[in-house]
Amino acid sequence: MLKKTQLYDRHLSLGAHMSAFAGFDMPVRYQGIRAEHMAVREAAGLFDVSHMGQIFVMGDEAGALVQHLVTNDVSKLKDGQALYTLMCNHDGGILDDLLVYRLRDYAYMLVVNAANTKEDLAWMQANNEREAMLHDTSEHIALLALQGPRSLDIMARLTDIPVHDIPPYHFVRPAPGAFFGCEKAIVARTGYTGEIGLEIYVEREAAGRLWDAIMQVRTPLGLLPAGLGARDTLRLEAGYCLYGNEIDQNTHPFEARLGWITKLNKGPFIGRDALHAIEQQPRDRLLCGLIMNGRGIPRRSCRVFDTAGKPLGHVTSGTHSPVLRKGIALAYIERRDGLTRPGAQVMVDVRGRAHPATVARPPLHKQPKVQ
Amino acid sequence: MNLPDFLSYTSDHEWVRLDDEGHNVTIGITDFAQSELGDIVFVELEPVGDMFEQGEAFGVVEAVKAVSDLFMPVSGTIVEHNEMLENQPELVNVEPYSDGWMIKVALKDTSELDDLMSAEEYAAMVS
Repeated sequence: MLKKTQLYDRHLSLGAHMSAFAGFDMPVRYQGIRAEHMAVREAAGLFDVSHMGQIFVMGDEAGALVQHLVTNDVSKLKDGQALYTLMCNHDGGILDDLLVYRLRDYAYMLVVNAANTKEDLAWMQANNEREAMLHDTSEHIALLALQGPRSLDIMARLTDIPVHDIPPYHFVRPAPGAFFGCEKAIVARTGYTGEIGLEIYVEREAAGRLWDAIMQVRTPLGLLPAGLGARDTLRLEAGYCLYGNEIDQNTHPFEARLGWITKLNKGPFIGRDALHAIEQQPRDRLLCGLIMNGRGIPRRSCRVFDTAGKPLGHVTSGTHSPVLRKGIALAYIERRDGLTRPGAQVMVDVRGRAHPATVARPPLHKQPKVQ
Repeated sequence: MNLPDFLSYTSDHEWVRLDDEGHNVTIGITDFAQSELGDIVFVELEPVGDMFEQGEAFGVVEAVKAVSDLFMPVSGTIVEHNEMLENQPELVNVEPYSDGWMIKVALKDTSELDDLMSAEEYAAMVS
């Protein structure tokens, strides 16, 4: 039995194509992935991502526990700040990627992948020697992502909260009742599209009011409701990792180019010793962006070769880029002969045919002009 | 659902139209199929002149998030491609039964047309 978000009926009445995702019946697209994708790049899109998991860590030991569990340096956070991080096992394998929001020095919200919430919580409990309080509040929280260049203007029309003044990776907590009648809400400048935008956490019962208010101003501002299909093409153009595709327990942060959120000098944390050893070794492979030179749309598991036909690696995610109107991919590529550098020429096997592609640095939809 | 009753249909969601002379058929995918696939970005077709048996793949249609094989509703030789799809694959989404047609095929055995479904039968299958 699939779970439904609070907005399920609204998705149906908008004619959404629904599909199972991480145990939820979620909207994949409404009008079409391309239109929704371009709306987010050029105006705004509204996503229901209430399937995401929220785990609260509370108590005097909350900060110390989170710092012990994740790879990024949570001690640098101030109240009202968020950061992107990984949670690794003792071998340095990636258990999840997540956002950590610091509400207070004794209260953190961890936003994790829906499919991993249960395992994450179990892992956190198993490593909770400090006995911080852990609460999985996912069922009670709805999450709307309002993303795109006009997203802040849209929200500014609907609330007195100075959304334009929230810096990236910061958030505000409106007073009770001051934001769509919510007892509690978090309005954060975070997202997963490569555009500016907001992620808005509200109590489940308030999700409909918030959704309706945003949808009411959609026409003058070019906003479209957007599904998980566009969310995936947007994150792929932006070059963001998706757990289960680019990263999992068998990958480590450095080959996924997530060294920037892996702070080996922050003090002890789970996986640090293994990650320190891995970091000293030369990388065998690196996650690279690919842009197809011509036809052919790379898909997950497509094999990548050098131009002489020797194996190089495989595609972890691939799609058609609505902005470039070409196939794009993220792929693990063996680190040799300069083939992981932007501009390198490789071949991708798409259904038995070799198609040429160029290695590119994300964001893939914003490539520097070559003279 | 848009299902013209002058066309025949397959369980693989293709439609077939017999031309006036009764030798060739035009083949495309149904409104239901294009709607399930979403934005179509690429239609790859086997070359004109190639001969295929009923049920063999004659090409692939790629949407942003999905790929689907195209299957011959009847045996025959591909005699024409819809060249417009080269640069405007979205025609399959917009006009699946007219400008979005895919191939024309010279029939090998007209009796295979009897295997196809009517609009009514196809509607019952996808509903």
